[in-house]
Amino acid sequence: MEDIKIGIFICHCGTNIGGVLDIESITEYAKTLPNVIYATDNIYTCSEVGLTEIRDKIKEFNLNRVIVASCTPRTHETLFRNTCQEAGLNPYLFEMVNIRDQDSWVHMKEPEKGTEKAKDLIRMGLSKATLLRPLEKVKVDINPSALIIGGGISGMHAALNLANQGFQTTIIEKESELGGNLKLLNKLYPIQVDASKLLEIIYLVESHRNINVLTSSIPVKVEGFIGNFETTIKKNKQISKIKTGIIIIATGAKALNPEGLFGYNGKTVISQLDLEQLLKENNVKAQNIVMIQCVGARNDERPYCSNICCMTALKNAMLIKEMNPNANITILFRDIQTQGTTYEDYYRKAREKAILFVKYSPEKPPLVKDSVVEVYSELRNLIINIPYDLVVLSTPLIAHEDSTKLAKMLKIPQQGNKFFLEAHVKLRPSDFATDGIFICGSAHWPADVRESISQAYAAASRASRFLSKDYLEVEGATAEVDTEICIKCNICIKICPFSAISKNEEGEIVVNKILCKACGVCGASCPVGAITILHFTDEQIISEILSCGVGY
Amino acid sequence: MDYEPKILGFLCNWCSYAGADLAGVSRIQYAPNLRVIRVMCSGRIDPIFILEGFLKGIDGFMVLGCHLGDCHYINGNYEAEIKIGVLNKLLKLIGFSERLILDWVSASEGNRFAQVVNEFTEKIRDLGPSPIKDEKYKINITDELNVIKSALSDIRLRVFIGRKRSIITEGNVYGEVISEEEFDKTLDQAIYDEYIRNKILLKIKNKSKSVLEISKEIRVEPNRVLKHIICLKSRGFVDFDKIIDIYPKFISIKEE
Repeated sequence: MEDIKIGIFICHCGTNIGGVLDIESITEYAKTLPNVIYATDNIYTCSEVGLTEIRDKIKEFNLNRVIVASCTPRTHETLFRNTCQEAGLNPYLFEMVNIRDQDSWVHMKEPEKGTEKAKDLIRMGLSKATLLRPLEKVKVDINPSALIIGGGISGMHAALNLANQGFQTTIIEKESELGGNLKLLNKLYPIQVDASKLLEIIYLVESHRNINVLTSSIPVKVEGFIGNFETTIKKNKQISKIKTGIIIIATGAKALNPEGLFGYNGKTVISQLDLEQLLKENNVKAQNIVMIQCVGARNDERPYCSNICCMTALKNAMLIKEMNPNANITILFRDIQTQGTTYEDYYRKAREKAILFVKYSPEKPPLVKDSVVEVYSELRNLIINIPYDLVVLSTPLIAHEDSTKLAKMLKIPQQGNKFFLEAHVKLRPSDFATDGIFICGSAHWPADVRESISQAYAAASRASRFLSKDYLEVEGATAEVDTEICIKCNICIKICPFSAISKNEEGEIVVNKILCKACGVCGASCPVGAITILHFTDEQIISEILSCGVGY
Repeated sequence: MDYEPKILGFLCNWCSYAGADLAGVSRIQYAPNLRVIRVMCSGRIDPIFILEGFLKGIDGFMVLGCHLGDCHYINGNYEAEIKIGVLNKLLKLIGFSERLILDWVSASEGNRFAQVVNEFTEKIRDLGPSPIKDEKYKINITDELNVIKSALSDIRLRVFIGRKRSIITEGNVYGEVISEEEFDKTLDQAIYDEYIRNKILLKIKNKSKSVLEISKEIRVEPNRVLKHIICLKSRGFVDFDKIIDIYPKFISIKEE
């Protein structure tokens, strides 16, 4: 093994560090440490003068480790790493010691103790630096094309957005034509526009020169990673393969069929979806209509609120009222959710139109009898019988049965109710933790058309950040599995938040360096110590601990 | 006795290390006893690291990560919570758990960082120097810490730790989701068993002993000791050595 030759550069940062700590004594101390060939102080190490000195000394003394003791690596590590690289030193052989943000600035009244701390920190940095190994960054080509799974309103908008930016886009749709749930709807709230109007986008999608539409098709296998996905698609009985740089999940959701609930029979007791069809055909003859909200939702089985049913019920009630002002419409609800200004306004209008609202409690749900709905009104503390000739049940959107299959295929997580789970609820709502896979529309959570479209734009824009690059450069510091020690317990495969670890064809556990983000969780969790976290190895961390300056 | 506690802190790059930098930018003054080791994620911390530090004579250890739900790596801090939780339970058995703290500091909480460091430093100051630095307790504490270290190096507890989150969320190989409460019950038993087993191994490391002798030394009933010996033998860590009078003697053959 080659001799370790360390150069240490200690920064005054003007008076920021030099005004508090005793730099001279720190520098003299640094010179006494093992393997230190050169140690100096600079007024500003990050100035061109300081950087030139680093470059010169690397060449002059053949330094193979460089330490800068100055500010925080969070702002300056990249600069110093690049400087090392310019002088021919592998950037991973650089180590930074924080003696400003976490020392001189916070111990201004205790300069001696601050100086002592700086010496400890430099000694710790040095012992880690001694164990550093050169690493290489990995470059990945990006195939500038997209695959969109699901051809509903969300998927189509995402496709158009990407195609208009010039990216080759493929939509695969399970059904025989595009359009998704929108095909089943009559009009859309809050402006009562015909659903068919929004479906005109199908023409734009199908005729776009950058979009390839595959209907009656499903994905059966997905391989690869960001920039280089290969998806096997089954169309009828034909199998084909397609290579794309990213994947957007826009598989949507479906309305729960209320079979077995509240006497559903499809004739006098129907679902909101059935009602949409009747309205489309202009075929609503009923005079007394009762709508029941939260049917099969917000219960133990499906604890979530489906987001769209309150507005859907209001919309259909208003439409019926418009056609037949004498119709009696009662909405039995648990809580009315009409968020924002437009939707709340819509609710007020519904009240003005004399649509009745009766609150029921889930402990005493309404009872649909032969000609009346019996409901206990909490507010009035009495049982009311409401005559009906049509009962409409508002059921939630639920995840498709095949969503779990898709989740396994793409190794993306689902939540309790089988909707897909994004990387971060606030910070990364359109991404999956796995790079290169995005989500929009009701596959994520019940969304109305407006939300589906804005999510589609979000997913497309997140995707184009990658697609617009020629290649991706990824960190060299990743996890590594020693297959000799590995016992194939699969803990790391499950624990990796980025699905970067898998079993290869020989049954060996391997890390995909492109997906690995080097968090190190797998390394700390391996039961037999088979995983090395490069640049933060057990050895390196323990050496820092042991050199922190205690002994007995 | 006047002493300055030596405290080591593991800070995750994205939240707590950034919070510490912010304390600096805001010139918030705090105790100068902490030495920081930067890691990318609190989930990187193997409990073994902390034991190495305690063995070396560190007075206190801080592990600071992102707030739960805010981890840059999605759920690394949940894994940290599990790992440090198990270590904490083992340290409790030897009265060392107060010297370790796990807390969450975000990148915007410079003030809170300083406060957490100050409070912990004062606590460690009150506790006094690590007993390992006292000649009177040195051998005993070193043994105890080594027992915990080998318990946490062994595959059994590590598998428990590594599988916990997936078993209480996704379920085991049969798809059964086990409640955290139920899981912890089994885990707690395993923690105690492994502590005792590794203690036995230490006692018979170089000298073979009978069940009764071990029982007296570690103050555990002979029938329990025998059960542990049988288990350790089946794992290949213990072998029968010889019979003295009528008592069989066992010796550790575990490789370090």
